Amino acid sequence: MDTVIDVLLLAFLAICAVSILRLRDLFAMAMMFGLFSLISAGLFTTMDAPDVAFTEAAVGAGISTILILATLAQTARREQPVPSRSKWLPLAIVWVTGAVLIYGTMDLPAFGDGAAPAHNHVAPYYLQESYKDIGIPNVVASILASYRGYDTLGEVVVVFSAVIGVLALLGLRARPPGIVTGPPRPLDHRVVLKVIAKLVVPVILLFALYVQFHGEYSPGGGFQAGVIFAAAIILYALVFGLDEARHVIAPRLLQRLPAIGVLIFGGVGLLTMLLGGNYLAYNALGENPQKAQQTGIILVEIGVGVTVASVMLLIYFTFAERGRGKKADDGDSAGTGAGSSGGSGGSGSSP
Amino acid sequence: MSFIAHYNYHVAIILAMIGLYTMISRTNLVKKVAGLNIFQVSVFILFISLGVMDDGTVPILEEGYTSYSNPLPHVLILTAIVVGVATTALALALIIRINEAYGTVEEDQVQAKDEEP
Repeated sequence: MDTVIDVLLLAFLAICAVSILRLRDLFAMAMMFGLFSLISAGLFTTMDAPDVAFTEAAVGAGISTILILATLAQTARREQPVPSRSKWLPLAIVWVTGAVLIYGTMDLPAFGDGAAPAHNHVAPYYLQESYKDIGIPNVVASILASYRGYDTLGEVVVVFSAVIGVLALLGLRARPPGIVTGPPRPLDHRVVLKVIAKLVVPVILLFALYVQFHGEYSPGGGFQAGVIFAAAIILYALVFGLDEARHVIAPRLLQRLPAIGVLIFGGVGLLTMLLGGNYLAYNALGENPQKAQQTGIILVEIGVGVTVASVMLLIYFTFAERGRGKKADDGDSAGTGAGSSGGSGGSGSSP
Repeated sequence: MSFIAHYNYHVAIILAMIGLYTMISRTNLVKKVAGLNIFQVSVFILFISLGVMDDGTVPILEEGYTSYSNPLPHVLILTAIVVGVATTALALALIIRINEAYGTVEEDQVQAKDEEP
């Protein structure tokens, strides 16, 4: 049964990918992209990776799609026809590369083979010893936050640098001349959307907190909780308008939160050094090694959650704020009108 | 060798090639970013597929189960997804700035404008 679902989902993914390639209408392409991510999240669930599926569903189907829509609202709605230069060179490159890679898969162990080298190197150590070392059942969380704490710190810093880049490109610079700020256009008349959003947003927020603090015992952790939390606030901003959402989290605080999260993570490392251990060696935090490990993991995951949630929100707010301006002379290419936050997300509702 | 034994890897490669083709054959920059994301997801699928065990279950330790799928790829990929969306946002921010500076997001038109005296 699993095999049938696997085969079907992968076939759907291939169909979605081809339609993303072929669709000229970029808004339709963005929706197809969201579908593509959602199907891949389902695929990760069937492959026993619920942690990954959480993240992909919230990030791919939620945040990435909204960011692409927000970009489209400010650029061009349709792709222009490809100039009639030769299509043979790209096709040849793709076919040759694909053939070589498929030839390479011949040597790979069969799908699901328990004797594959990947399962017999370091993974058995984590599966057998991590409960003794750390005392939490979710092996993914213990590797992420404890064994591989350095890597995770690096990833958090990458996310942090990306938001600095986005702010430098869009947030701090003035809008170009010819673009004036229009009045915000929340979806005032969409009663159904508003009622549903009011019902759903608190539940998503609660779920995010559950994923954050129960991540040691069930799938979850700071990365997943951060993106789910951000998705809830973004949904609120889409339905009720950007200004309302700005009231929920003050912009001045939000701008500091990514750095605060990184500092919490890095600070735990410094704390363990002050207490006489190595950097991010949580055993120094207490007498009982298991308790100390768990304390360290919870602190570090809070740092990750704060950074990821605030980075996603900052990126969204920056994009939506930039797109709020309307072209003074109602430009031709962006004829759909760079909408407000509401317009950028609810693409179908643009007048 | 059965068809199903390498099906996941083959589809991952096909997806990667569709993404690569989107990136090198289209001129619209947003489309290129979408192609890059397809490529990215194909890598995720490849990694997660390599971690699957036939009789394994979700890597959360529980009495009564002895076989779990490999947790290492999960850790790698779940952080890669979040880093991926952050870099995608950076790319899209660059596209918005390009649009403001050149008035277009088509690569060939941007180049044509650059070559104007």
